[in-house]
Amino acid sequence: MNFSLTKEQEFVRKMVRDFAETEVEPLAADIDLEHRFPEETVEKMAKYGLLGVPFPTEYGGAGGDHISYAITVEELSKKCASTGVICSAHTSLCCWPIFNYGTEEQKRKYLPDLLAGKTLGAFGLTEPNAGTDASGQQTRAVDDGDSWILDGAKVFITNGGFADVFVVMAMTDKSKGNRGISAFIVEKGDAGFSIGKTEDKMGICASSTTELIFQNCRIPKDRLLGEIGQGFKVAMSTLDGGRIGIASQALGIAQGALDVTVEYMKARKQFGKSLSQFQALQFTVADLETQIQASRLLIYRAADMKDKHLAYGPAAAMAKLFAAETAMHVTTKCVQLHGGYGYTKDYPVERMMRDAKITEIYEGTSEVQRMVIAASVLGK
Amino acid sequence: MAFNIIVCAKQVPDTNVIKINPKTGTLIRDGVPSILNNDDANALEQALQIKDKFDDVKVTVITMGPPQANDLLFECIAKGADEGILVSDRAVGGSDTWATSNTLEAAIRRWVKDNGDYNLIFTGRQAIDGDTAQVGPQLAEKLGIPQVSYVEEFEIDEDRKTVTVKRQLEDGYELIEVALPCLLTTIKELNTPRYMTVAGIYGNKEMKTWNAKDIEVDLTKVGLEASPTNVFRSFTPAPKQPGVKIEGDTENAQAKNLLIKLKGKHVI
Repeated sequence: MNFSLTKEQEFVRKMVRDFAETEVEPLAADIDLEHRFPEETVEKMAKYGLLGVPFPTEYGGAGGDHISYAITVEELSKKCASTGVICSAHTSLCCWPIFNYGTEEQKRKYLPDLLAGKTLGAFGLTEPNAGTDASGQQTRAVDDGDSWILDGAKVFITNGGFADVFVVMAMTDKSKGNRGISAFIVEKGDAGFSIGKTEDKMGICASSTTELIFQNCRIPKDRLLGEIGQGFKVAMSTLDGGRIGIASQALGIAQGALDVTVEYMKARKQFGKSLSQFQALQFTVADLETQIQASRLLIYRAADMKDKHLAYGPAAAMAKLFAAETAMHVTTKCVQLHGGYGYTKDYPVERMMRDAKITEIYEGTSEVQRMVIAASVLGK
Repeated sequence: MAFNIIVCAKQVPDTNVIKINPKTGTLIRDGVPSILNNDDANALEQALQIKDKFDDVKVTVITMGPPQANDLLFECIAKGADEGILVSDRAVGGSDTWATSNTLEAAIRRWVKDNGDYNLIFTGRQAIDGDTAQVGPQLAEKLGIPQVSYVEEFEIDEDRKTVTVKRQLEDGYELIEVALPCLLTTIKELNTPRYMTVAGIYGNKEMKTWNAKDIEVDLTKVGLEASPTNVFRSFTPAPKQPGVKIEGDTENAQAKNLLIKLKGKHVI
C-alpha cells in the first residue's frame, strides 16, 4: 500500500492549483451571478491539457492517469465547482466512452479534438421519465438503411449548450428493456438535433445544463458507439467513472470551503479573541478536516483501481456518496461558521453550499450509490 | 544546427511563505516550499517564446543546487524546455555570487564542448532569496559575451543575428540592439510565465546531473572557502513609518502647518 502521490501527480496538483488561483478564482463569483459559461477558461484549460488528462498521447491525451484527473477536478472545484464539472462531464462522460467503446475510426475522428479541447463533450442519458430508472428511455433510434434516425429528448445535460460532441443513449428495441438501449455519437449541427431549454439552477450556475431535442435527427450508421443493445452497459460503466469526477468535484468544493473558513476564523474576532481560538469551533473544524481527508482517500483509491483496471464500480460509488455528503455537510457548517456573512454573496461559502447540493444528485443520487454499494455487499 | 538557448535558473524558498526568525535574523526554511525563482521564470518564458516562434530552437536549463533542485528542472521541462542540467556537488556548496558564476561558467563551457555554441543565455535578474543581481552579469563577463540586464521588452530579428531589448532603469529605459551571442537578465515586466502542461508533466525528461569533476571547474574558485563574500550580519530592517500628509487650503497654510509640526518635534 502506498499513500504517496507520484511526482507527476504532485506536479499536476501544483500546476492546476496555480492555474485555478490565477485563472479560475477571479471569475468564480461573477460567472455564478451572471449564469455565464466561462468559455475563456475552457480555452485555457484546453491549452494546458486539462481536458484530456487521463488519456494516452497517441490520441492526443496528456498521458496522465485517473488520480491526476481526480486532482485536476478537485483543484478546479476548490475555486469554482462549475469549472470543475465542465472538465468532469467532458472527460468522464464523453471522452471516456468514445475511448473505451469507440471503433478505431471513431477514436481517430473524435478524440484528438476532444482531448485537445478544440471540441467539448457532453453525455445524454437522462430523460423527463427516465432518471434513476434509465430503462424508461423514450428516445428512439430507428435503423434506416445507411443511417439512424433519432427522435426524443434528453434533459439536464451538462455542457449541453456549448458541446460539439454528444454521447447519447436511445432505445433501439423497446421490447428488450435495458438491453434494447444503444449508444450513439451525435454532433452539434446534425440535422434534426437542437438544444432546448437551459435550466435555471440553484448552484453550479456557470455550467450549461440544457435539454437536447431530436426531431427526425438523421446520423450516419457509423455513429453507433459500441454494439447494438450495449447502450445500458456503455452508460453505466461511463457513470462509474464519472462518479470519480463528481466525487472529486465534491471534494474540491468541501476543501475550498474549509480553506476560506479557516482564514475567516483566524481573522474574525468575537469576545476579544479569534474564532479559531474557541474550542467548540476547533472541534468542528477537526471533524470537517477528517471527513475531507476520508473523502480524498476513497476517491484516490477508486481512481487507482480504475488505473489498474480493477472492478472499481462500488469503490467509485462509495467515493461519490461519501464525498458528496461531506461536501454538503462541510459547506453547511462553513456557512454557519461565517455567521451572517456566510449567508451573503460577499463570501464564497454561500456559493459553495449551493454548488455542493448537486453532487448528491447528479451522475447517480446518493440513493443510487447506496443501491450500488449494497448490491456489492449483499449480492443482487 | 539548432538555435541554442541556455537558461540559468535557481530553486529558491517561496518568500510568500517564508518567515524570518526575529531573534537571529535568519530565514526559517523549515517546511517552506521551494519554487522556481520568479525572475528566472520570466527568463525561461522568453526562451520558450522564441522556441514557439522558430522550429529549430533548443532550450537548456542549467541550475546549481542540491539534488532536490531536480524538481526545478522537472518543472521547466514540463513547461517546454528541452533538457535540464543540475550541477550538484558538495564542493560548490556555500558559493557566493562570484563562486556561483565560476561554477555556471564551467558548466556552460562543458555544455558547449558537448553541444556546440550557444546563441543566447537568459538569467533572471536576481534570486528572491539573495537579491544580489550579480550572477548574470558576472557570468557574461567570464564567458566574454555582451550582456544587458533588466530586460523588460525583447525582440529578435528574423535572421537571429541580433536582438533589440528595452532595459529598465529607475527613471526611464534604454533601447539596446545587441549582437548574439549575448546574455540577458530578465525582469517580471518582460512576460507572464506559462503554466506547465499535463502532457509536459507526464512526458519524457532529458535531465542530467554534473558534479565538479564533470564540469572541470577549478576547485579553488568555487564553494564556501573560495567565496570572497562574508555575510557580516543579517537583519530585518525596521519597517518605515508611514508618511504624513501636510494639509492646508493654500500653499501658505500648508507651509505654516509644516512649520508647526517641525517645531513641535523640535527639528527647528
